[in-house]
Amino acid sequence: MRLPRRPATTLGALVTALTLAVTAAGCGGESGGGGAITLTITQNAISGGKNAKGADWIKNWVIPRFEAAKRAAGQNVRVRFQPNGVEDEVYKTKIALDLKSGRGADVIDIDGIWIGELAQAGYLRPLRELAGAAVDTWEGWKQIPPAVQGLGIFEGRKYALPVGTDGRVLYYNKELFARAGLAAQWQPGSWREVIDAARALKRLPGVTPLQINAGTAMGEATTMQGVLPLLAGTGTEIYSGGKWTGGTGALRDVLGFYREVYSGGLGDPRIQQEAQGRDKSFLEFAEGEIGILAEGDYFWRSVVDPVVGVNPMKNRDRVVGYALIPAARPGAGLRGQDFVSMSGGSARVLNPRSRYPALAWELLSFMHSAAAVEAELGGEARVTARTDVNDKVLGRDPMLSFVAEKVLPVTAYRPPLAVYPEVSAALQEATAAVVSGRSPEEAAAAYHHRLTELVGASAITPA
Amino acid sequence: MGTDAAGLGRGRAMAFILPALVLIGVFLVFPALWTVYLGLTDYRLTGLAAAEPRFVGLDNYAAALTDARFGSSLWLTVQFVLGSAVAGQAVLGFAVAWVARGLRTPVRRAVEGLVLLSWILPGSVVAFLWIALLDRDGGTLNALLNTPGTAWLLDHPMLSIIVFNIWRGTAFSMMLYSAALENVPPSHLETARLAGASTACQLGDVVLPRIKGHVLTNLLLISLWTFNDFTPFLLTAGGPEGRSEILPVYVYAIALNGGRLGAGAAVSFLILLINLVFALIYLRLLRARNAPPTAAAPGGRGPV
Repeated sequence: MRLPRRPATTLGALVTALTLAVTAAGCGGESGGGGAITLTITQNAISGGKNAKGADWIKNWVIPRFEAAKRAAGQNVRVRFQPNGVEDEVYKTKIALDLKSGRGADVIDIDGIWIGELAQAGYLRPLRELAGAAVDTWEGWKQIPPAVQGLGIFEGRKYALPVGTDGRVLYYNKELFARAGLAAQWQPGSWREVIDAARALKRLPGVTPLQINAGTAMGEATTMQGVLPLLAGTGTEIYSGGKWTGGTGALRDVLGFYREVYSGGLGDPRIQQEAQGRDKSFLEFAEGEIGILAEGDYFWRSVVDPVVGVNPMKNRDRVVGYALIPAARPGAGLRGQDFVSMSGGSARVLNPRSRYPALAWELLSFMHSAAAVEAELGGEARVTARTDVNDKVLGRDPMLSFVAEKVLPVTAYRPPLAVYPEVSAALQEATAAVVSGRSPEEAAAAYHHRLTELVGASAITPA
Repeated sequence: MGTDAAGLGRGRAMAFILPALVLIGVFLVFPALWTVYLGLTDYRLTGLAAAEPRFVGLDNYAAALTDARFGSSLWLTVQFVLGSAVAGQAVLGFAVAWVARGLRTPVRRAVEGLVLLSWILPGSVVAFLWIALLDRDGGTLNALLNTPGTAWLLDHPMLSIIVFNIWRGTAFSMMLYSAALENVPPSHLETARLAGASTACQLGDVVLPRIKGHVLTNLLLISLWTFNDFTPFLLTAGGPEGRSEILPVYVYAIALNGGRLGAGAAVSFLILLINLVFALIYLRLLRARNAPPTAAAPGGRGPV
């Protein structure tokens, strides 16, 4: 009985979309009845679906406690949560349209990488401009390391409070590894060793050996979980020293790796094309049909988590292994590393059109207080933005300590530039072309052409 | 005409029409002109060009017309309209209406009810049902045909959305033709039958001349609706690799997903022009029909 769950997810998303359409029509997100002030929080999270834990935290922890604190201070404040459960690109479009039309929630959770383009469009304003000096005196700043604060900074100004950061690894199914005669503790040292393991897994019937996200349907997941870590594995960053990486040798190597995976029958090219492909890859991994999957720690926390996961795996801790993403060859990675990763993170911003910006800031900073962040984790571990919380909680989960201790030291970040999403889309198209049978050279040349259109020939690293 | 039949006088007549004109101006003419204006800028959803769009002249139109993706999208849309609206809904709708005439009332009501059901369900619900039907593993169709693993939406994306749209939209044609067939006097059909005319002859010589106006109106409406239909996006999202990216999905992809509102507006305006051409052709045909009653000599033509 595999059918019911997946359509249920789809249905959930559709119902959410409908509900949102209805609620969005009826709310300015501000004024409530009976003299109460209403604030609204939105996030791509929904109880029982996507990021369920985050949605439950807002509803069951943040809202009652903030309301109680305000009541104690003699203020009648009501907080509402607008849930979403859709693809990140769709959520981004919705947020951009909300902000553009001067509507939307007071506190908005977004991917840190969107801040640049939203700020350039004039949809966001620096926190200090909106909420005044209270921003500077917030106790939390000294708990957030500068690198992580950077997730919320654009052109030197603070637009957002970072929620945390993450890292990408290779997940593998230890049961399938055992059946294929591979070691249960696996750490590949090169791309070759990844391919070798996938070849061994290929002998198992009904198993897709290796899932490296590709294609445009997966959106940013293709770039973050596929192209960029692979590119880092060749010692190249997509943007460095003011120039973008063109269709050079490094990108051709990356696309060559894709070809080896998808034309060699090691990956399922179909998943890359389906409208719900990434959800499907989650489901297939959870059901033991994918051997190796490149994903972020989100996958561990929110997808296969035995309790709150979208596709819970009761035996996760025993069956799911994780390894660092190797460079193409030992020492060939970024900064001469043997292993690489990519990191990003979400952040929360204030809506510049909020009727109560000072109060919205109080809510936002309340959500980023040590107590709130700890409650958000709900006993689980995650790399939060706050050092005081990390020190307490990271010991709880071996996977997350692995991310903090092993992955973050070798990781890299995306350029926070408005043109980045379009470069990312061009990279996704290049992988789609290779997966559907074009040669890496052709795809790299098409990418180079598109990149030239986007940034101009002078902003591309000479080959 | 030319006479003031209602006796209102010009001023009061204008007062009656004015609210309608204002509504049309605000909700139809202004957005259309605004689309034209946006199409001439590099306006974007996010980034610098969202704050300060620049005037780029006809660049967006030139880019769209030379974009291979626009061309293939237009061709897919033509296939979609011809396949699902003209060949599918119109023909099937007529067939159901014609056959249902001969059925007993309860059976007829049941058939019409079922066909109507697919029309009145919300698009998102219907899309969910069809994804469950066509899903690659665990889909109902694969279970019925015993073809596990066949990815209908990936291998036959256009066929899938065409069949989907026929299923979805046949009800309108059926209802319109049911009503139209009431216009055909039973005595004419009986006479034709007594004269030994085959079903094809009855349809071509007795029924068709009577309902030609309905056929044209129906074709006009359903082709325009189908041309602008966005529901297939819920099934295939335009994929795989744009192989089911009909024009409305293409506009969505560049304007909202890609954030290029200016380019999206330019393509929207091109779609508007294509729709106008469609409408003009149908209206011309309708007018030709209403013009002098040419000798529709009964029995003058052979079987169609």
